[in-house]
Amino acid sequence: MAEITYAQAIAQALREEMKRDPNVVMWGEDIVNYNKGGSPYGVYRGLPQEFPDRIFDTPIAEEGIIGIAIGAAMGGMRPIAEIMTVNFTLVAWDQIVNHAAKQAHMFNGQMKVPMVIRTPNGFGRTGSTHSQNFDAWFASIPGLKVVVPSSPADAKGLLKSAIRDDDPVVYLEHLALYHRVKGVVPDGEHLTPIGVADYKRRGKDLTIVTWGRMAVESLKAADTLAKEGIELEIVDLRTLRPMDLSLALESVRKTHRVIVVEEGWRVGGLGGEIAASMQEQAFNDLDAPIARVAGLDVPMPYAENLERATLPFAEDVVMACKAMMANKY
Amino acid sequence: MDKAGLLELYRQMQLIRVFEDKSAEMYGKAKIGGFLHLDSGQEAVCVGAVSALNADDDLVTNYRDHGYALARGLSSRAVMAELFGRKDGTTGGRGGSMHIADVSKRFWGGYAIVGAHLPLAAGLAYAAQYQKTGRITLCMMGDGSTNIGTFHATLNWAQLWKLPIIFLVVNNMYSMGTPLSVHSSLTDIYKKAAGYGMEAMQVDGNDVMAMREAVCDIASRVRAGNGPFLLEAITYRYSGHSAVDKNTPRPASEVAEWKTRDPIVRFTENVLFKHNHATPEDLAKIDKAVEAEVEDSVQFSDASPLPDRSTLYDYIYRTPVANMQIDGSLIKPPTLLKK
Repeated sequence: MAEITYAQAIAQALREEMKRDPNVVMWGEDIVNYNKGGSPYGVYRGLPQEFPDRIFDTPIAEEGIIGIAIGAAMGGMRPIAEIMTVNFTLVAWDQIVNHAAKQAHMFNGQMKVPMVIRTPNGFGRTGSTHSQNFDAWFASIPGLKVVVPSSPADAKGLLKSAIRDDDPVVYLEHLALYHRVKGVVPDGEHLTPIGVADYKRRGKDLTIVTWGRMAVESLKAADTLAKEGIELEIVDLRTLRPMDLSLALESVRKTHRVIVVEEGWRVGGLGGEIAASMQEQAFNDLDAPIARVAGLDVPMPYAENLERATLPFAEDVVMACKAMMANKY
Repeated sequence: MDKAGLLELYRQMQLIRVFEDKSAEMYGKAKIGGFLHLDSGQEAVCVGAVSALNADDDLVTNYRDHGYALARGLSSRAVMAELFGRKDGTTGGRGGSMHIADVSKRFWGGYAIVGAHLPLAAGLAYAAQYQKTGRITLCMMGDGSTNIGTFHATLNWAQLWKLPIIFLVVNNMYSMGTPLSVHSSLTDIYKKAAGYGMEAMQVDGNDVMAMREAVCDIASRVRAGNGPFLLEAITYRYSGHSAVDKNTPRPASEVAEWKTRDPIVRFTENVLFKHNHATPEDLAKIDKAVEAEVEDSVQFSDASPLPDRSTLYDYIYRTPVANMQIDGSLIKPPTLLKK
């Protein structure tokens, strides 16, 4: 059991799956020649040199990166299409929504699209067009599978499962987690099933339903609150589509309080969907309205203080939990 | 080409013509809904191009796909049933007119977002190149699609990676209802390929023999690993963009002028009769069989059941997902785990 970073976990998954299956190939912008290679963020250094005929730099043409991967997947490959940031997926939205997601169903099962779209959410004073989170958009499309790992173990296990899956899987990474989050990853073959949530912390007072970077922030909030006698139970959804709410519902029967924590915009976010589904099934178990902590509904500003103000962090989770425990919702 | 082969080209063109006339008639009777883009007038492009491919080459088209499907050997029954939205259609009534497909014949389908299928076709060509299958891909599109981003992204990429793919631009002079001179800065569309260092040429798309020869030549070059090729076929569609169109932007004299260059008439007179490959009696026999086949496809489609509602969720996912309960008609939300 080795402790490695989130980025190293991704690199392990890529290396193992490329060794296992010669039909796994990967392409994206600036992943081979730029800097020292291995993605602009240094996620998988050395890998392009290890697989020179299977990892490629592409033109800046996201509709090609995704669309050619779809066609290659139809033709029997297992391509991984890397999009440098989630913001650039917008250029390829037609390919993702109208083609990757629909091929299997629209053509009545005649074809399949076993591909992975890897792309990071993120921020870092990159402004309006480069600091966004589209988890909810991807999760609203039937035909896509959407996974968002929060830990190195899940990053590795979900990526290996995504590569082996016969459906298009959107694998959402996070710039803030790549080199800052470390964790233990089981040795040997480690697969995390798609569509299965996970408890990241057990507690009795309040259920947090979350995923991705906000699971990490929620764990920090839990440490703070534990000192004040509030024990959070943290449910990490891990897969956003199809969504597994079984643990969230199990947890609310015990805690009777729920806050959904997400990084993206509040309006049209997944918090509303999760709250609606949970109250349909567990209304009588709730002692308080289901609350949401989410990004503010503004385009991302550049100034550091304003950027920080729009994004949720551990302190926002702490504040919301304290308010809920004081019956202020 | 021997007599049987030539008569087969004639049969396929005639089948497309009669099938399209019949589907327009069925549209008028509300047996077919939504969009219906006809290949009437463009039969020589469909038949000439598809007949030049190997049976295991990959074929991808836009939404004007009936003619390519029939030329590829999909049954007129299955294609008509798809237009009717029935269970026995090519995709069980899910795709409709714009999304005819039969993967067993490596006909990967019609696609309905202009230009969006170009990257998909390039991906199929990449898979063939990587897996060294010897297959090539033929990707058909209209003149209107040569202005959209995916066209330029895919041409650049295909040339860069020397992909085994033929881009077949069917220039019928109109992008929906907008004339070529209004929608494209270059009206000789094949010249656009030069911007990517790609070889290209123009061919008379109303001459089935010229069309077939061009694709045969190009296919052998592409198959030999010389990279992609763009072929522009000049042709004309007799109907509006979709069956519902009144065909207004086009002057009647223009349509009439193009009908003097009708691909089926030209092939009959300039090839079949001129070189004594066939007699009017030979053709009458084929015509009769084609009429009967198309009539049968309508009766078959009328009798085919509607797709069952219980199949609605089939194939959304090919790999089953834990904790997602599917009962055939409804994806239930995950239920509470009761102790």
